[in-house]
Amino acid sequence: MKIKFSRPKSLIDVETHYCAGCGHGILNILTAKVVDELGIRDKTIGVAPVGCAVLAYKYWNFDVCEAAHGRALAVATGIKRCHPDKVIFTYQGDGDLASIGMAETVHAANRGEKITCVFVNNACYGMTGGQMAPTTIVGQKTTTTPLGRSPESGEGWPIKMAELLSGLKGVSYSVRTAVFNPQKVMQTYQYIKKAFINQIEGKGFSLVEVLSPCPAAWRKTPLDSMKWIEDEMVKYFPLGVIKRE
Amino acid sequence: MSKGKNNIKLSVFELRIKKDWCKGCQLCLVSCPQKYLELSSNLNKKGVNFIQGKEKNNCIGCGFCFFMCPEGCIEIYQK
Repeated sequence: MKIKFSRPKSLIDVETHYCAGCGHGILNILTAKVVDELGIRDKTIGVAPVGCAVLAYKYWNFDVCEAAHGRALAVATGIKRCHPDKVIFTYQGDGDLASIGMAETVHAANRGEKITCVFVNNACYGMTGGQMAPTTIVGQKTTTTPLGRSPESGEGWPIKMAELLSGLKGVSYSVRTAVFNPQKVMQTYQYIKKAFINQIEGKGFSLVEVLSPCPAAWRKTPLDSMKWIEDEMVKYFPLGVIKRE
Repeated sequence: MSKGKNNIKLSVFELRIKKDWCKGCQLCLVSCPQKYLELSSNLNKKGVNFIQGKEKNNCIGCGFCFFMCPEGCIEIYQK
């Protein structure tokens, strides 16, 4: 029998620790699939974040380095400068990239480091129980904003990372996508692939922001979470290519 | 698709599901354009109703379930 769709070789054959319906599972597979397709498994080094994807190194079958909270892009900068011929990517959540690691993110992007960054935006701090993150949308209820996030009461507006970084000269590719249906998942796969190709071609910093569900922290079923992304999140975080050079 | 006995269309695709990995999120179920997948009435090792193919195989091998499954527990084979 011929295999039509199978688990990528860059993915270790183990079960994940993610909750049911978590977008991290889909994105771990997509990243591994891109590495397989480009045939760069022996020269890829991933940098895992702190957050729900902290154990990503248990699932990927290539070299993965674990960075301190928020410092994935700083660690990736060091690895890339020591090994310019390797393909380096970071895989970070919104608590890691947009909150504690904002300085590292902005400066790595501004320096135009030739790194690919996969940014998983689930609009909350998933691992610690669903507190408000910088990307929590206005009106969204979390454990620290039980009445919904309100800019009037001093909680601020959600940060649009893809737009923010696209203003920097060092960024060559900035895109926002989502995983709420199979078409979007396949499109996300193409965007991640393009971001890897950019790095191989020696262009600057590439960011792929992915709107991903967190059913456990949102207190929704996996299906309702996907619908919520499509109906609510996409209104504030428009999808598409924001910058391409 | 090939035609079998009594002119019933048979699919050339076969789904292999690691049922003990399934967490029952149903993302594959709703994305299947053929409505081929269903929740089993039995429980797996995790204690959730796992996903399975219906008795009549009408899979067209589009791979939507493969792309949507966060666990990567669905693989599609072609005869």
